[in-house]
Amino acid sequence: MNKGFRGRPMKKAKKGTLGRVLKFLFSSYKLPLTVVLICMILSTIAQICPGVFQQLILEKVQLALADMKLGMSPSGALELYFDDITVICLTLLAVYVVGLISSFIYNRTMAITTQKFLDKLRNTMFGKMQKLPIKYFDTHSHGDIMSYYTNDIDTLRQLVSQSVPQLIMSAVTIITVLVLMLYFSVWMTLIVIVGVFAMIIVTKVIGGGSAKYFVKQQKALGKVEGYVEEMIHGQKVVKVFCHEEKSIQEFTALNDKLCEDATSANKYANILMPIMNNIGHILYALIIFIGGVLVLAEVPNISLSGKPLDISTLIPFIGFSKSFTMNISQVSQQFNAIAMALAGAERIFEVIDEEPEVDYGYVTLVNATEDKQGNLTESEKRTGIWAWKHPHGDGSVTYTKVRGDVRLNQVDFGYVEDKIVLHDISLYAEPGQKIAFVGATGAGKTTITNLINRFYDIADGKIRYDGININKIKKDDLRRSMGIVLQDVNLFTGTVMDNIRYGKLDATDEECINAAKRANAHSFISMLPDGYNTVLSGDGSGLSQGQRQLISIARAAVADPPVMILDEATSSIDTRTEAIVSAGMDALMQGRTVFVIAHRLSTIKNSNVIMVLDHGRIIERGSHEDLLAQKGKYYQLYTGSFDFDE
Amino acid sequence: MKTIKRLAKCIGVYKKNSILSPIFVSLEVIMECLIPFVASKLLKFIQDGEIEIPTLSIYGGILVALALLSLTFGALAGTHCSIASCGFAKNLRKELYENSQNFSFENIDKFSSSSLVTRMTTDVTNVQQSFMMIIRTAIRSPLMFIFSIIMAFSLAGSMAVIFVIVVPILLFALLMIMKKAMPIFKKVFKKYDRLNSSVQENIKGMRVVKSFVREDYESEKFRNASEDVRNDFIRAEKILAYNNPVMQLCMYALMLFVCFFGSRLIISSNEAAFDVGKFSALLTYGMQILSSLMMLSMIFVMLTMSGESARRICEVIDEKSTITNPENAITAVKNGDIDFSNVNFKYAKRAEKYALENINLHISSGQTVGIIGGTGSSKSSLIQLIPRLYDVTDGSVSVGGIDVRSYDLDTLRNEVAVVLQKNVLFSGTIKENLRWGNEFATDEEIEHVCKLACADEFINSFPNGYDTYIEQGGTNVSGGQKQRLCIARALLKKPKILILDDSTSAVDTRTDAFIRKAMRDEIPNTTKIIIAQRISSVEDADMIIVLDDGKINGIGTHEELIATNAIYNEVYTSQTKGAKME
Repeated sequence: MNKGFRGRPMKKAKKGTLGRVLKFLFSSYKLPLTVVLICMILSTIAQICPGVFQQLILEKVQLALADMKLGMSPSGALELYFDDITVICLTLLAVYVVGLISSFIYNRTMAITTQKFLDKLRNTMFGKMQKLPIKYFDTHSHGDIMSYYTNDIDTLRQLVSQSVPQLIMSAVTIITVLVLMLYFSVWMTLIVIVGVFAMIIVTKVIGGGSAKYFVKQQKALGKVEGYVEEMIHGQKVVKVFCHEEKSIQEFTALNDKLCEDATSANKYANILMPIMNNIGHILYALIIFIGGVLVLAEVPNISLSGKPLDISTLIPFIGFSKSFTMNISQVSQQFNAIAMALAGAERIFEVIDEEPEVDYGYVTLVNATEDKQGNLTESEKRTGIWAWKHPHGDGSVTYTKVRGDVRLNQVDFGYVEDKIVLHDISLYAEPGQKIAFVGATGAGKTTITNLINRFYDIADGKIRYDGININKIKKDDLRRSMGIVLQDVNLFTGTVMDNIRYGKLDATDEECINAAKRANAHSFISMLPDGYNTVLSGDGSGLSQGQRQLISIARAAVADPPVMILDEATSSIDTRTEAIVSAGMDALMQGRTVFVIAHRLSTIKNSNVIMVLDHGRIIERGSHEDLLAQKGKYYQLYTGSFDFDE
Repeated sequence: MKTIKRLAKCIGVYKKNSILSPIFVSLEVIMECLIPFVASKLLKFIQDGEIEIPTLSIYGGILVALALLSLTFGALAGTHCSIASCGFAKNLRKELYENSQNFSFENIDKFSSSSLVTRMTTDVTNVQQSFMMIIRTAIRSPLMFIFSIIMAFSLAGSMAVIFVIVVPILLFALLMIMKKAMPIFKKVFKKYDRLNSSVQENIKGMRVVKSFVREDYESEKFRNASEDVRNDFIRAEKILAYNNPVMQLCMYALMLFVCFFGSRLIISSNEAAFDVGKFSALLTYGMQILSSLMMLSMIFVMLTMSGESARRICEVIDEKSTITNPENAITAVKNGDIDFSNVNFKYAKRAEKYALENINLHISSGQTVGIIGGTGSSKSSLIQLIPRLYDVTDGSVSVGGIDVRSYDLDTLRNEVAVVLQKNVLFSGTIKENLRWGNEFATDEEIEHVCKLACADEFINSFPNGYDTYIEQGGTNVSGGQKQRLCIARALLKKPKILILDDSTSAVDTRTDAFIRKAMRDEIPNTTKIIIAQRISSVEDADMIIVLDDGKINGIGTHEELIATNAIYNEVYTSQTKGAKME
């Protein structure tokens, strides 16, 4: 838990959060939870009320002893009271049986319900996350999102499976015990309550001190972790500069500080338990002592039962005071856990409440057959020809062939309102053309491609795809018609084949292998230990950067989209490997409209049009030769006398 | 067992506290166990009604005194326990960190850096918590159990027989539950980890997921995996759900037994064999006995879980650095000559393929050497042998005519400065970062090296100049700026050999040329080795080495290689193809 909460201030959860968690829980599992609740109450009562039976039995024992003092023989007394005792014990047995059965049902049902609840929560959250716009992932750190699934779900598990049941049980216990105590003796009840108050006060005082030190410990721990993280990641540099001694020195200082703060914090926490325990013991002594005095002094008892104060009423109090104090301290212990769980719940609800990606598109992508006149008919099967199905207001439907004609018309865009990062971008990509973007980091190259596949929506202007405003196209279908290969390759855990098939889920093995062949990936895949069945894990960490890129190209190839976006696809690959990857890429680009973003100019020289971007504007455009002849920025770039990153 | 022994060594000066803590815990337990005993006597007196207030006060006083003593011992135990456990954790972290500082590159590669960080943080916390349990709760519970049993028997004699029945039942049930549940838990935790890493994968690859419109597919995949985890958890939790009822069963059995037989015994023996006071005490001891058993089973679970953490910590502590200082190490490097003779090198002993094969090379002091080759051609491997970041598998590497393995490591690495490919700046000011090269460097020296590395201009353009704060990982400077700072940092060492491992890739060609010129003019006697992707970075070197697949493919000047070396030629043409103006 330390790790997840580092750097995230513990804010107070909103008021409604607990209610919402409970509502989420109850609405889904009404029946099991009702059963749980009933069983929980039954089993709690079964745990406490033996005190009553104990008193009843001791009462009988008292009577028997009194009789014996008057001269009755033990066997006679036993005979006299045997039936009474047996009846009491049998009743107690019945109570216990009910208690045990309820306890079993409640423990089991709760365990199952908790897991179902967590599963449902995970699924809701994950499903929701898939629907969120890319913007969400660009603006939230991946570490934070991950901790929703790990830390926050875990604190919720504790809330549901431990804290809430504990609270309910404690409440039931406290109330029942209070009633029972009053049933026996008001005086003794007062003593117990005074004792409990003393305990609460001590706990508060010590707990307060402990909280202060725990905050300190948390800070010190954060510092140590931060230092370790930075140094270990830079370990090789430390070695190269022989900086080991110094780094050990610095670490030791932080480590000692942590030890100091942790010791103080833990001291408080560790002392708390014996104190609570022994206040309980002192209370125990007081009850017997004061009770004894009251019994001896024959102080008239006030009680709901009207029973006199004697040894038989005194003994149950020992048990009562124990469960009373124990449950009070249970409740106070749960508060911290509940506060933490609610903060976690709130973060999870934030994800669930996040606005999903909206889509008003109604133009869909369909398979089609084309007759000799060029008329398109929708087809159920894969035909290799794609068409945009465009329903109109009057109920008629028109089909437009997907060709890969993309036009941007005076497009403006900003990631945040008022801060426009793209100005007045216009470009025309005809089917089969290769359009390249060059420019510094932050010039807006990737932004343009983000607009074309509608990861983000434009602020002003128009983008048309085969003559259709892309806002009218269903987002899923728009994206399906475009392939994308990124600089940072993301592969998924699974076989190589699975990863290629990701591009087209119903692709046969043969199709996948063919795609790999086209992407120039076949030869190295064949050399892997299990060929296409080699399992990749950890983002394909066993493969080289170039090999991973080749798989991602094959993945795009199997999807076979009319438009391709290559975003810095070769920039982290060295020039020699690039030659192999480029060959794969060239094969992929055949006959498609391609948008290329590249750092290295050698990869884009043969583009139909090169756009030079600077601060969100297109400052130069034309073919390689045109641009060299212009002797502008592109020329400087090409001759190496200028670099955007400076 | 070995693990425990090894970790126990780390207790060090906290041994005293670690021993005192259980001692005080024992005393606390004894006091606690005496309380019901005394109380039962007191109850008996009250029952008999033959007690006077003074006697009552004495017994009451004894009870309070026992509680206070128990409190004192408990508090002392708690204090020593915290000192011992926090100190132990400190020592563990220290040992881990110090040992990791001695790691060679090979050791570092073996443990990934993130796994090292987890070991120093989460794993240590786990072990610390277990240690705390061992010297406190794990002592308390069995003691409590034993003392309570003893007291119960001495107090109630035949009535205590019930424990002979109840305790084995509870023990057996708890063991069975654990034996069944633990393996499932272990399995499901692994599955759970995998589930979480698949979430991570999904988040990282969100652009891919969305581009291929695989949202529903991913949700479905997740739902199946999550359901699998859920079912396993339910299986384990169902078993665990027996815990409470079993405990209650034993408690209830005890209660019924005492109520039924106890009351009869009191009457039939006319308080000789059993009395009301003992009746109450027996129940109290019964509670303590059963709950200490429960506690023990919990401790057992906790300890098994942290066993894995302990093992992972030991792995790091016990890892021996593969590179150590030789005895009678040489502490001066004569000059910047470098010789490779018959060098073979592979990263792991078990690896089949050599990273470098049959390397023979002589570089004279003051020369500038370029190295060209594709990824995986082992350029970085080659240069990392010079400052002995790795040791050769066969053959030898010499600097200044002496085998690098004979030098004192600090001496060697101070004279052979490497600017690593994956370089890092640390959080701190620019000046502080640069002083890594030389702690005692004056401001003038710092400015001088920055000028050489063409870094002075941009540093001066920052409002705080050399005192500009660099964020962790150097995120607030550009890639090119970072590289130049790293070069300056290395220059500050005034090394005899300077190695730049692809250190100017983000710097534009013109600045790159300036840096090379500055080095040629200002540090002519330093041997300079430059690994580069761009031919332009190496073409004016005295000697260029072309590496291919771990072997030297060609050595020569730019002109010679153009004429004779196919790979060099290929790279050259691919980079200058089309129109090279001028």
